[in-house]
Amino acid sequence: MTAYMNEQTPLSGRQATWLVLLRVAIGWHFLYEGLVKVFNPSWSPLGYLMDSKGIFAPLFTAMASNPTVLGAVDFLNQWGLVLIGLGLILGVFTRWATAAGMLLLVFYYLSHPPFPGLNYALPSEGSYFFIDKVFIEFLALGVLLRFPTGRIIGIDRLIFGKNHKNL
Amino acid sequence: MEENKKQEENQGITRRDVVRGLATVPVLGAVAYGLYKKKNLDRYLKHSISEELGMSAGEPAHPPKSEGREIRIGLIGFGIRGKQLAKGLGFAHPSQVEEWRKAAEENKNDYRYLDFRSQEDLNIRITAVCDVFDTYGERARETAANIHREGSGGPMGEPVKRYANYKELIASPEVDAVVIATPDHWHGPMTIEAARAGKHVYCEKPLTWSVEETYEVRKAVVESGVVFQLGHQGRQTDAYLKAREAIEKNVLGPVNLIEVTTNRNDPNGAWVYDIHKEANEATIDWEQFIGQAPWHDFSLERFFRWRCWWDYSTGLSGDLLTHEYDAINQILNVGIPHSAMSTGGIYFFKDGRTVPDVLTTVFEFPEKNLSLLYSATLSSQMDRGKRVMGHDAYMEMGSTLTIYADPRSTRYADKIKKGIIKPDMPIYSYIPGRGADTITSATERYFAGRGLLYTYRGGKRVDTTHLHLKEWLDAIRQGKQTSCDIHNGFEEAMTAHMGTLSYHHKKQVFWDKESESIIV
Repeated sequence: MTAYMNEQTPLSGRQATWLVLLRVAIGWHFLYEGLVKVFNPSWSPLGYLMDSKGIFAPLFTAMASNPTVLGAVDFLNQWGLVLIGLGLILGVFTRWATAAGMLLLVFYYLSHPPFPGLNYALPSEGSYFFIDKVFIEFLALGVLLRFPTGRIIGIDRLIFGKNHKNL
Repeated sequence: MEENKKQEENQGITRRDVVRGLATVPVLGAVAYGLYKKKNLDRYLKHSISEELGMSAGEPAHPPKSEGREIRIGLIGFGIRGKQLAKGLGFAHPSQVEEWRKAAEENKNDYRYLDFRSQEDLNIRITAVCDVFDTYGERARETAANIHREGSGGPMGEPVKRYANYKELIASPEVDAVVIATPDHWHGPMTIEAARAGKHVYCEKPLTWSVEETYEVRKAVVESGVVFQLGHQGRQTDAYLKAREAIEKNVLGPVNLIEVTTNRNDPNGAWVYDIHKEANEATIDWEQFIGQAPWHDFSLERFFRWRCWWDYSTGLSGDLLTHEYDAINQILNVGIPHSAMSTGGIYFFKDGRTVPDVLTTVFEFPEKNLSLLYSATLSSQMDRGKRVMGHDAYMEMGSTLTIYADPRSTRYADKIKKGIIKPDMPIYSYIPGRGADTITSATERYFAGRGLLYTYRGGKRVDTTHLHLKEWLDAIRQGKQTSCDIHNGFEEAMTAHMGTLSYHHKKQVFWDKESESIIV
């Protein structure tokens, strides 16, 4: 019960277990989203960006309209997803991966805000009112940032040691 | 216990650290294994389906650059369509180019300027123009002289001659070929005149306004040997080319019913065009406009909105059904139907027009075991697409092409049973600019269906009208066939006339193959 307790992460074993499960699950989601795009050579974020709505929509459609920017966005998105996924699953550079994941989710949320009155080409599988699954995943990563587990279960433990303060 | 823990901390990395540090690595193995299995299954499904269908994956190749001698073009008619055809040829009025340039500056997604500037040079010159409305005639002259595709104030080419009468334009030794974009009742006489003068013809659809002149037009074109292209630019639509391939490869099985539609809902779509403020009896050659039509006193409404009157127009049948019919004729070679039956009426635009705004026509092709149903409305935009229903699969044609297997298909029964083909997933889907695929993600189909995937392609999209004109010009230079030649045009016109005659006579009309005539 007290096995994982220490000064930096005063977590019980069960608490840590659930947090690690959450971290690995989100990592799995990111990794798979990334790999699907990496393995599909014709994948393009064009349609997704063009479908954005809300006050930030012009920013996202502008990204789509410039082929160079679009290519860069595509590359960063794909490999960002893969690296963040690996980071979260393996618990390597966990806090960086968590923060980067939150940043990506902010982009997804702002490009497709689930606000009433905004309709998207792609219908969603559920009903969302301001809060959607992107937002909840973002909050979950926020929790993981506050309660880091990379040094408990994760490669960070081997790199930085379980008592390193900054990770 | 406390003792142990202290010991571990002092020792640096312990066995326990390694175990805990690498505890989640097997998860990666699970992702990789799962992904590998899934990819294999996807590949197997895709391969099984594409092997079954035998459809090509690539996009239709872009035709090679137009080479050979310069062709001198005469433009007859410079209204809405005339302007679009000039643009397809590479000519636009400086003020129009200026407008596109400004629009592009303000909105980076507006590619009209870039598209126009990068459109292939067809190696032609517009040497003569003609329009019965002075303002349009002058605009045509200025457009034809804008050889550098510049905006206002840019360098212009030599002034181009405007002819008062189309006959003079056709007779001019400066003209090798004509592009006809006049009201329907002028298509026949002008094509005949041009063909007899040995001038090649690109004519807007429909081929003719009356049944009688249809024979004359065909005779004149065939006898003269000029290269003729009817303006159904849908012949260049890549999704239609893929649809034809699907028919040729019998992907759909027996096709017994096809549904095509027109769905418009705005005054412009109902031919209620703006009346130009400079237009009046002094600026319009009314007598020349009337031509073979019954005499009517000068009317600005009739001049600009001529499509609303049978006197000059062929109505929904000639104007919009012909696009749908030609698309089907292109993929299935249906020819002229055995019979036609139309009903409809003027139900929404009660503005004095004589042509209906709602029309339903059923064409029968008993030799092909096929019914073609056309239904049109000018007061609803509900998109119903073109649906080709086969026993084994059905296909939706538009700018994209999607084919679904029929759950009760005979041909695909085995693969459906094995779960390889899923009737709710397309077995083939073609998206311009994205190529063809057996299974596209639902996401991509949603985006494509809304024009989000191919509308903004960095200026790489090509105007089908441009391609259709290019094909005609290349055919002139190389003595080749056009894709919508005089025989396709004859079929198109007769089919449209059958629909119209049935509407007028309120009864089914028939095509007599032997005598090549419509029996009312």
